[in-house]
Amino acid sequence: MRKIFILLNPVLFIAVSPLISGLIARIKNNIRMRQGQSIFQPYFNLSKLFSKGEVVSETASWIFRTAPFVVLASSLAAALLIPVFIMPNPMCRMGDFLALIFIFALGRFFLALAALDAGSSFGGMGSSREMFISSLVEPVACLVVLSISLQFGSTNISAFSGMHTVSVSSIVAAASLFLVVIAETSRIPVDNQETHLELTMIHEAMILEYSGRSLALIELSSHIKQMIWFYLIAQIIFPIPAPMSLNLIQLFFWLLWYMARISIIAAVVALVEVSVAKMRLFRVADFLGFAFVLAIISTVCAILGV
Amino acid sequence: MSGILIFDPLSLFFLVVISIVSLPSAVYSIGYLRGECAALKAVLAWSLLFFFVISMALVVTAGNLLVFLVAWEIMSLVSYLLVVFDTKNKESVRAGTIYIVMTHIGTAFLVAAFLIMYKHANSFDLAAIKNACTTMPLQERNIVFLLLLIGFGTKAGIVPLHIWLPYAHPQAPSHISSIMSGVMIKTAIYGIIRFVIFILGVNSSWWGVLILILAVISCLVGVIYALMEHDIKRLLAYHSVENIGIILLGVGMAMFFLSMNMPYLAVFSMAAGLYHLINHAIFKGLLFLCAGSVYKATGTRDIEKLGGLIKNMPQTAACFLIGAMAISALPPLNGFVSEWLTFQAFFMGILTAVGGAKLFLGICAAMLALTSGLAAACFVKAFGITFLARPRSHYAQNAKEASFSMRAGMFFLAILTAVFGLGASFIIKLLAKVAGAATGINTLGMNFALNNFGTLDVHHGKGIYLSTPLLAFVLIVLGITAFVIYRFFGRGKAVIYKTWDCGYYTLDSRNEYTATAFSKPFRVVFSFFLQPYRKTVKIRDSFYHIKSFTYETHTTKVFKKYVYIPVLTLIFRSARFMRKIQPGSIHLYLSYIFVTVLLLLFFMRKF
Repeated sequence: MRKIFILLNPVLFIAVSPLISGLIARIKNNIRMRQGQSIFQPYFNLSKLFSKGEVVSETASWIFRTAPFVVLASSLAAALLIPVFIMPNPMCRMGDFLALIFIFALGRFFLALAALDAGSSFGGMGSSREMFISSLVEPVACLVVLSISLQFGSTNISAFSGMHTVSVSSIVAAASLFLVVIAETSRIPVDNQETHLELTMIHEAMILEYSGRSLALIELSSHIKQMIWFYLIAQIIFPIPAPMSLNLIQLFFWLLWYMARISIIAAVVALVEVSVAKMRLFRVADFLGFAFVLAIISTVCAILGV
Repeated sequence: MSGILIFDPLSLFFLVVISIVSLPSAVYSIGYLRGECAALKAVLAWSLLFFFVISMALVVTAGNLLVFLVAWEIMSLVSYLLVVFDTKNKESVRAGTIYIVMTHIGTAFLVAAFLIMYKHANSFDLAAIKNACTTMPLQERNIVFLLLLIGFGTKAGIVPLHIWLPYAHPQAPSHISSIMSGVMIKTAIYGIIRFVIFILGVNSSWWGVLILILAVISCLVGVIYALMEHDIKRLLAYHSVENIGIILLGVGMAMFFLSMNMPYLAVFSMAAGLYHLINHAIFKGLLFLCAGSVYKATGTRDIEKLGGLIKNMPQTAACFLIGAMAISALPPLNGFVSEWLTFQAFFMGILTAVGGAKLFLGICAAMLALTSGLAAACFVKAFGITFLARPRSHYAQNAKEASFSMRAGMFFLAILTAVFGLGASFIIKLLAKVAGAATGINTLGMNFALNNFGTLDVHHGKGIYLSTPLLAFVLIVLGITAFVIYRFFGRGKAVIYKTWDCGYYTLDSRNEYTATAFSKPFRVVFSFFLQPYRKTVKIRDSFYHIKSFTYETHTTKVFKKYVYIPVLTLIFRSARFMRKIQPGSIHLYLSYIFVTVLLLLFFMRKF
């Protein structure tokens, strides 16, 4: 039974992740008084992309071809670290919270290189902006991780997932992490997933040259990455440890609760997306500076023990 | 440890670092020097390389202050000769001058520190000095510490003493750059560990805090300047400033914890620092060798003129990519392991330290994260602009793959980056012994690794693990899985076609993103420090028509402008003032001598 859960853990995580993107899009559309797409639209998109042919630039090298695999592998590896319903997660041997940040960096590094590879200015622009934002995100993410980890003395993600109390420090940390997540998942005040305008796009500019199955792999990995970040915030604000042993009924309710927590975060993200305007690129530094200050406050609170 | 030479674990560790980079560099130089210079000059290069390596080996094994100083001077002078090796190049001569001045300022501080040490011990022998230092008064210890820090800091390239480094390192032949950046600056770290921690002994916590602050500043300044730099070898030289900062984070923390009397943490942070030291030697050596191949193949170091080299030089490109991944701390290569260890040292420090120290260490850790993020951005730029897309000039178009001996040197180091990443759990055990020897702590009961899966277990009972072999295995398996998914769903075919050009016209290399454009966001955000300025020159045919237009953007070198130039101006001004009392008249000189004799007589009577 336990072995099945170990296997099921990442599979379920991956299977559900596009649903969250669909949910956000649906909520946004509904708020805008539109009919809205199905929340399963990301799945349709992925299946469509998988069955399509792709165009590869003649200037591109092997970096362009292999980058989607590296990106997906890094997202999947990160997903393995997250315990959905297996506690403690046996994959925690592989790495901890800090390693998670570095694993994401691996995928991003290759994606940014691949963007430069095709030789169009869009790709270079996207890669430059992405690396700019991610380099400012990293100190905030690191400090938040340290501040949360301070509360229970470990950077192990399983230990973090078993966290029981909500303190001032963890609330502030969640707020800071929320801003980080907005930047990391290319959401509106920082980036805009919906347009292909050179003024607004960052992540989309990087993957502009991709099509077909390669694009599907990259899209899938961004869904997974988003799911991981949402899970982390959800776990800080609604800390419910996964049960150690499960029967099927328990499993069902646990999954419902699990999805409910993440859906709440998704709803908040959707609300933020419809209610604020996209920022100028250089104001992102202020935005993340604010997140950094929040992270420091949260660390101070953690040190004071509140 | 008496005698002329000492071979304790610390010295042996540095000997390993020296040989691990020098050997592939020497192999590399066979191919590199061919066609670069005349046969006789190649012999000169070889013998200088030999003396350089020997002098470094002597520096890290010297058991006597005089031997140390002599070896130190030989090392500095030989490296000076190697910096000015390309004598026809004016840049080299200028870089050499800055280097020789700075390195001697450093040596002057070292001599001062050594004299104070000698005064207490009445011996040049390190063992005797170590004994004498236990009774040294606190005030004097502080002075000796500061003198040593400035002396070694100059060689290490700690900000603000780094100004010679980005000039001197790139000018030497590439295999020498790799040794200078990879190894020579580490002898200064050796000096700090040997003289400050081992001999002097840390007794004030502000020593560690000072080193941590300097280290953080070095990290940030180094990486920000590197981001602005488009000369590939100078970019790498600035990264040495950054990485010395990361190494010093480990060393500084070790000093901090030593003064706090936390032996486990001290050994652990020292081991993390030493781990990054050897890692930096490996990947920086590798990157400099690759940059040398690029330079030899294209004749330019300006990355704006390169591009598309991955097609003509696939093996060099692969090696550079591995080096870039390692220095950007990407898993599962070696840079990742040592940065992770440094982070864990910070984390443990935060857990165990008290009060404000917690926050201080936390912010240091965040700055380390910022540094590694910026480094990744910098290497996306360096690799992407140099090797990817289309060639931007005919230099890049006609480049040829490096010769066999050059590739052999690069491959060796590229393999080592993986070995030091995957073998982390074995290496950390050895490094803990070295760190124990350097800090004088018994490490018998300490264990940083588990045997299964090569797991690092740094914080017993807290469940903090890192297993690079497992991580690498998982990444490879998942990558293959992704490929299988790709193949399985693959009904559509991949078509090779032109890059999408928005339907306007055919794209050429002028449409590519440039390195200057890539670093623009960083230039804007860090403008308070970089102080960028533009130069535009318009050449007009007539009032209405501009014939040509040049646009340049530069950044101000803050330390040069606000520290070094004012000091130099002051020195020149006072020299000019002093010249007034030297008009060349024999009578005046005689009267000077007379006055001096009178003053001396008076002085002798008085005291």
